[in-house]
Amino acid sequence: MEYQAKELFAKHGVTTTLGVVVETPEAAKAAAEQLGGVTVVKAQVKAGGRGKAGGVKIAKTPDEAFQYATDILNLTIKDLPVNRVLVTPATPPEEEYYFSFLLDRSNRQYLCIASVEGGVEIEEVAKTNPDAVKKIAIDPGKGVDAAKAREIATEAGFPEPVFEQAVTMIENLYKVFVEEDATLVEVNPLARLAGDKLEALDGKVSLDENASEVRHPDHEHFEISDEADPLEAKAKALGLNYVKLDGAVGIIGNGAGLVMSTLDVVAYAGENHGGVKPANFLDIGGGANAEVMANGLDVILNDAQVKSVFVNVFGGITACDEVAKGIVGALELLGDAATKPLVVRLDGNNVDLGRQILADANHPLVTVVDTMDGAADKAAELANA
Amino acid sequence: MSIYLNKDSKIIVQGITGGMGAKHTALMMDSGATIVGGVNARKAGTTVTHKDADGIDVELPVFGTVAEAMKETGANVSVLFVPPAFTKDAAIEAIDAEIPLIVVITEGVPVQDTAEVWSYLQGKSTRMIGPNCPGIITPGESLAGITPHTITGSGPVGLVSKSGTLTYQMMYELKDYGFTTAIGIGGDPIVGTTHIDALQAFEDDPDTKLIVMIGEIGGDAEERAAAYIKEHITKPVVGYVAGFTAPEGKTMGHAGAIVSGSAGTAAAKQEALEAVGVKVGKTPSATAALAREILATL
Repeated sequence: MEYQAKELFAKHGVTTTLGVVVETPEAAKAAAEQLGGVTVVKAQVKAGGRGKAGGVKIAKTPDEAFQYATDILNLTIKDLPVNRVLVTPATPPEEEYYFSFLLDRSNRQYLCIASVEGGVEIEEVAKTNPDAVKKIAIDPGKGVDAAKAREIATEAGFPEPVFEQAVTMIENLYKVFVEEDATLVEVNPLARLAGDKLEALDGKVSLDENASEVRHPDHEHFEISDEADPLEAKAKALGLNYVKLDGAVGIIGNGAGLVMSTLDVVAYAGENHGGVKPANFLDIGGGANAEVMANGLDVILNDAQVKSVFVNVFGGITACDEVAKGIVGALELLGDAATKPLVVRLDGNNVDLGRQILADANHPLVTVVDTMDGAADKAAELANA
Repeated sequence: MSIYLNKDSKIIVQGITGGMGAKHTALMMDSGATIVGGVNARKAGTTVTHKDADGIDVELPVFGTVAEAMKETGANVSVLFVPPAFTKDAAIEAIDAEIPLIVVITEGVPVQDTAEVWSYLQGKSTRMIGPNCPGIITPGESLAGITPHTITGSGPVGLVSKSGTLTYQMMYELKDYGFTTAIGIGGDPIVGTTHIDALQAFEDDPDTKLIVMIGEIGGDAEERAAAYIKEHITKPVVGYVAGFTAPEGKTMGHAGAIVSGSAGTAAAKQEALEAVGVKVGKTPSATAALAREILATL
């Protein structure tokens, strides 16, 4: 979110105005009083297009700040409830620029994108005047030093009165990018204010979750729990790789690729069964023991939208008999809490043993189907019953 | 024949003494792969013992550095089971030692570390596979990674995939035909060996008669591969793309598997592949059926 991005900007010496983050209209009014003068009240959600959605308002008085905060805190922007607003001093820009560093997957390097012709309308500029949007490749092995920052500022065409400020800001933004392990650091708009002062008026930072895990324990405080789906939050607490979707067929599988594929196959099967769709993505990884399976089933069975569950496992390193024991064990652990039908497809390592264990357990909720397509069809049929 | 890995490959394991390293060293040995030692600076001079394919105990030396391991054993492949925080340094050490192939299994490597390794690799002699990948198997000859060697044997199909379990699934679907080599390139945003690299290698491998290419949402690797196929690949290619139902903006398990706005969708990838004559299956089994149709005519 904007205020979090600005926090990281300030940490690395990027000129910005932090403002005050508040969660109530009363606090917004108090913040406006404290700041004095005209303020901007801005919705804080992880989504673009906040202005168009009515999430950014200029308040001439503290009372207006109260009123706008009331309105904005009632908004939902791109399905995200607005739970906090940022109150900042209104600083009308004389010029707006665009600047970003990002991970360039295709070319396996970093990319700097800069434009001095238009900030917030950058996408429009890119269409109508692509030459005004400069793209400068950054070698991850070399990075951006003072000389490179100067080269970028020149290429981008920052005007003379703010040129030196731009060089410093580019260096510092690159620090945000590498020292915080970001995949995107964007300033939009980068504003030239009265008195030729350059400032990051709004920004966005996307962090690499792998890096946050490995070396940035402090990044945890950027995660805002009230935006997460409750089932996703629960799954995360259990250490499960889960994404909530909207359908009725709960999915459990091993391996990200196979689970993605399972979602697709269920959606195709659903076309013949009233249009039912997958309810979630859940990858339990290689070691599908009873506890992991029970945790996974627990999350999925707590999803009120789920009508049936499809467990799709290919035993690679993991043996299917272990997976089968996991399923039986999980159902024992859950007891009466398990109420929805399970369709299980096992293939691969020790498949015969695995199917035998499920047959012997003869659990009334479990149906074993031999193929992935057949099992998806059965799970979709049960969800549509 | 095969790509990148064959019966003459001599493999060392960086991180051979760790949990994953030990487990998969044992499985690689069991597959018949030639494992000649491992690297762990803190345990240099010790040995680890694993059974080979005949069930005979083999004592493997643990070296302090990759360079030393190469000098003593003639190793030409290194498999990395190093924790993500140390993967960059381990990879750079192997590159400095000029080992021809490194296979980085580790999941969770910071993407900027991979970007730096990729930059470091330019102009050097090492090929990197991964990170976040199942590795590479040439059935009946060698295994550098975690792919199960029991699924199928040697045959005319070359397989390249971002995903481990979909690799296994496809090997299983076509187990009666078998594979020259199956390579999992990994699901991270930046990987060392791409679909394109593998496609060209399979094109150059006389024993590979058909290529199966498995992709997934995120990035534009599949679109680039499609453009490459049109210009450079004469062998039949069958494709599969996972993630048609993935919502925008959510990471689906693999760090690189994310649809951003309208970019990186499965539909766009399928369209790009079909536009250059690649037959794309709707499901893994449908993809295998397409491969069978072609294999039956070869």
